[in-house]
Amino acid sequence: MNQMLAKRIVPCLDVDKGRVVKGKKFQNIQDVADPVELAQRYNQAGADELVFYDITASNEERDILADIVEKVAAEIAIPFTVGGGLRTMEDIHKILRSGADKVSLNSSAVVNPQLIQQAAWKFGSQCIVLSIDAKQTSDNKWMVYTKGGRNNTGLDAIEWAKRGEALGAGEIVINAIDTDGEKNGYRLDLIKQLADAVNIPIVASGGAGTLEHFADVLQEGYADAALAASVFHYNEIPIPDLKQYLDEKAINVRREQSWK
Amino acid sequence: MIAIIDYGAGNIKSLQFALDKIGLPSVVTTDPIVVQQSKAVILPGVGAFKDAMEAIRGLGLVEVLQEEAANGKPLLGICLGMQLFYQTSFEDGRWEGLGLLKGAVSRIAGNVKVPHIGWNTLDHHGSPSVLTNINDGAYVYFVHSYAVTDYEDASLVASTTYGEALPAVVQENNIIGMQFHPEKSGEVGLQLLKNFGEMIK
Repeated sequence: MNQMLAKRIVPCLDVDKGRVVKGKKFQNIQDVADPVELAQRYNQAGADELVFYDITASNEERDILADIVEKVAAEIAIPFTVGGGLRTMEDIHKILRSGADKVSLNSSAVVNPQLIQQAAWKFGSQCIVLSIDAKQTSDNKWMVYTKGGRNNTGLDAIEWAKRGEALGAGEIVINAIDTDGEKNGYRLDLIKQLADAVNIPIVASGGAGTLEHFADVLQEGYADAALAASVFHYNEIPIPDLKQYLDEKAINVRREQSWK
Repeated sequence: MIAIIDYGAGNIKSLQFALDKIGLPSVVTTDPIVVQQSKAVILPGVGAFKDAMEAIRGLGLVEVLQEEAANGKPLLGICLGMQLFYQTSFEDGRWEGLGLLKGAVSRIAGNVKVPHIGWNTLDHHGSPSVLTNINDGAYVYFVHSYAVTDYEDASLVASTTYGEALPAVVQENNIIGMQFHPEKSGEVGLQLLKNFGEMIK
């Protein structure tokens, strides 16, 4: 089914006070780069989409974020999602008006699931992404965590994803916290289980380290998109090489046409 | 000057930025007079069909757009904006559109995930000027749950395959619709906007 829809490669930029940072399992945050510069670099390299997560999130800093969103929108012509600390309809509206294509809701949706529904009604499901941080608690059981992986919400990750879909989320980002930053591969078991449970696109996150990891999650994991951060930030995996590799593996990816 | 109609919802900034990049001057407006004085009009689109039509009606733009279309002014509808060009939509009910083009709008059918979000190919039907410098099979970025049906075959410029063939670019003389977002489709999208810009005399 939908053979023609290209699988997406999505660099994720964690932004703290206006800078892109990368943490390992959400700790030991390290400064890497200017978000606008990095966004341009990824755009040119053939990234299909970008995700920005604001990991600081006080109200003052939210203004910095809106400013960055506008600068990024001015520089790149590919879609991007913004998340982190968006709690109200006003927060969401502001970010969309600044030029973001989608907003990503995480903790705020757990606290107030109606926010998904209200936002989907007002702005359309296509721009409401439900982001889930999941941690394995027993064999086949994944729980939803918030607050950077410190708080077990008691929600089952698969059930929460289904509820999010029912409330109107148009896409799900699933991040396996245990594998985040470890570069040992995506958690295919979790992602596959989720892909079976919902009928909206799934963006896999957490664990990318090699070319094979991307192929695995897009083929065996049935993910629609693969998100990663540090392998791209430090250019360990250049995006053109990754696209070439996936293409050779018969995975349908977008290659920029050379019309110039 | 291209008038971009702002009827309340969505990401208009990206469209403006894209036009800036290719050197096409534009103004975001709700004013019927500005629309009448413009050289071309873009109806962008995100949100619900019914709300959008109500907003356009409330701004007094329905007749203005119909007149401008009849006068031969280049009109580009993007995503929902393209759908609004048609006669009827079945999005959560039955709603009347601008009726500039013959056809209807229905939910994407078949065993596929909806919304259709992502990069998909443009399969060309003929080679009109709007496809100048665009390869057959070039990727563009789609985000939509509804698609145009019952359109005039001759108006189909490019389709995309998602479960079934969906109209991606349509054209009837001065009226062009793009179901995807050219402002979000990288270099290919910028070229398509450039091609639209070439229609402005």
